[in-house]
Amino acid sequence: MTAPLLEVRGVSIAFGGVVALDRVDLEVGRRELVSVIGPNGAGKTTLFNCICGLYRPDAGRIAFEGRPLPRRPDLIARRGIARTFQNLELFRHSTVLDNVLLGRHLHIRTPFVAAALGLPRWKRDEVAHRRRVEEILDFLDLQAARHRRVGDLPMAQQRLVEVARALATEPILLLLDEPSSGMTAEEKADLVHRIKDIREEWGITVVLVEHDLKIVMGISDWIAVLDHGTKIAQGPPEAIQRDPQVISAYLGETA
Amino acid sequence: MFTPLAPGRAAPGLARIPLFAVARTLVERYEDDLYLVKGPAAWTAVAALLIGLAALPFLLPRLGMGYLLFIAVLASANVIVAVGLNLLVGYAGLISLGHAGFVAIGAYASGLLAARLEVPWPAAWLGAAAISAAFGFLVGLPALRLTGPYLTIATLGFGIAVYQVLTNWTELSGGRGGLSVPALGLGVGGMSAIQQLALVAITAAVALCWIAYNLARSHIGRALAAIRDSDIAAEVTGVSLTWYKTLAFAISAAYAGVAGAIIAQALRHLEPQAFTFLESITYFAMIVVGGLGTVTGGIIGALLLTLIPHYLSGIKQWLPIAYGAVIIAMMLFEPQGLYGRWLRIRRYFKAWPL
Ligand SMILES: Nc1ncnc2c1ncn2[C@@H]1O[C@H](COP(=O)(O)OP(=O)(O)OP(=O)(O)O)[C@@H](O)[C@H]1O
Ligand SMILES: [Mg+2]
Repeated sequence: MTAPLLEVRGVSIAFGGVVALDRVDLEVGRRELVSVIGPNGAGKTTLFNCICGLYRPDAGRIAFEGRPLPRRPDLIARRGIARTFQNLELFRHSTVLDNVLLGRHLHIRTPFVAAALGLPRWKRDEVAHRRRVEEILDFLDLQAARHRRVGDLPMAQQRLVEVARALATEPILLLLDEPSSGMTAEEKADLVHRIKDIREEWGITVVLVEHDLKIVMGISDWIAVLDHGTKIAQGPPEAIQRDPQVISAYLGETA
Repeated sequence: MFTPLAPGRAAPGLARIPLFAVARTLVERYEDDLYLVKGPAAWTAVAALLIGLAALPFLLPRLGMGYLLFIAVLASANVIVAVGLNLLVGYAGLISLGHAGFVAIGAYASGLLAARLEVPWPAAWLGAAAISAAFGFLVGLPALRLTGPYLTIATLGFGIAVYQVLTNWTELSGGRGGLSVPALGLGVGGMSAIQQLALVAITAAVALCWIAYNLARSHIGRALAAIRDSDIAAEVTGVSLTWYKTLAFAISAAYAGVAGAIIAQALRHLEPQAFTFLESITYFAMIVVGGLGTVTGGIIGALLLTLIPHYLSGIKQWLPIAYGAVIIAMMLFEPQGLYGRWLRIRRYFKAWPL
């Protein structure tokens, strides 16, 4: 048996009195497409924050490709983990292009002096990274918006810019936090296709946090359910849909 | 692990053009986006500007306006400080109210290197930049822990501390008697000392502005703007906050250090009173007036706040209040500064017939 790509073991974290995660386990294999669902405040975003290093768990450990993760978020990104944010953390004053180019940051090897003096080396590197970015903009159908300020774009496109920036880092593991919220049904359908492509064509492992159960049931290999910081169920979509505990915790809340 | 898109996914409209042709035009277009100056008209304007600036030290005395050479030197120094400060405040979003401290360090470092160690002036200036940058790095370290107003207060404290140290450590600063700085010599005949200084100062300002433009559009500028707009997103995208925040301080301080070396030459006699808190506020006002987060904004602000007080010398004693009021007013009504306003006006007229 090969080791899982991402291994979350007994991770707990509390904020004051609120236990946001309580001994959560999660094992994600290479090239899997996994969803994490749960009612509001279940701890889904907190789990992402622990994985990418923004929060330090009180207990438990997280391993990636069989090795523990470094502490600093930027070093974790360099190990191959990228994410999007539920509350849109874009560089609002910059263009779409510059936002996505920032995703190339950890691949840029241009020396400081070459950048400061605008040497040919800088220009070569910049064009090469730009080409990568254009591929991603193409894929997400964002080319027309490339020179627009991100803050001026509609919500659905801003969400796609988040995805584009994450993809530009060429991640091994992509964490998507409610990428479809604020999208129309049509935009959601597009997004589903793209998430599938990200896994199938680009070979990237995806963990998806999503409130839209239709999306979740449609594309996930399997699903983990969080409620009040604990994992209450895990399994293939059909099993999760029938799980009585899930129905009472999750569907009960939305009903 | 990163498989580019299958060729079948290329935009349908391009499908019939041979692939290499597409690649060629695309590469050319990407490179076009990288040029700072685009088009013959812009190139002509830039060339004219550069020639004009280079001629300034020779023209002004002929026109009977030799007294303006000193203002040109001062303006060059202020442009350098403002552009460097804007990289820190406008790009990285780290507010410094102690930049006079870095300018003072640059001034005294260059002065001491030249006067006491008899280092030739270009080396003394580089030394001033390096020493000031080192202090910038040190001040930047708390920037990793302190945020917002706390960091601002720390920089303010730094500026005041530098002033206090210079006032009290008389062996270093020459105390109340001041420190005399030897004049720089270009080794060319027929130019007065102030002409030579003006030529060097203007050249330094142009070169440092050009470097700032380059940095701003490079991955370094993108990283700084990313930290300003969302530090957590910058971090999880692979930007080291530690490195870039301290780098921003170091670069900004190096700029201030060079400006300090110019001011040392302009004054020829250094006293700590030239580098007070009011100076720090003035630098800050320059970037707020000109526009935060653009190199051009810093240049405009520095020029305005050098020339206006010169022509309205009667208002000297009101300057602190005026700058305070201007900062508050700009923050409230014109947060993108005059350059931002100009860009919006231009965009408005471009779209006007529509
Ligand atoms: N930085 C923080 N400080 C204090 N409490 C926090 C913090 N981050 C998360 N929490 C708390 O942890 C719990 C889980 O929050 P989290 O954002 O992970 O939920 P979620 O499952 O993502 O919910 P949603 O579906 O609304 O996004 C909540 O009670 C939240 O208030
Ligand atoms: Mg959440």
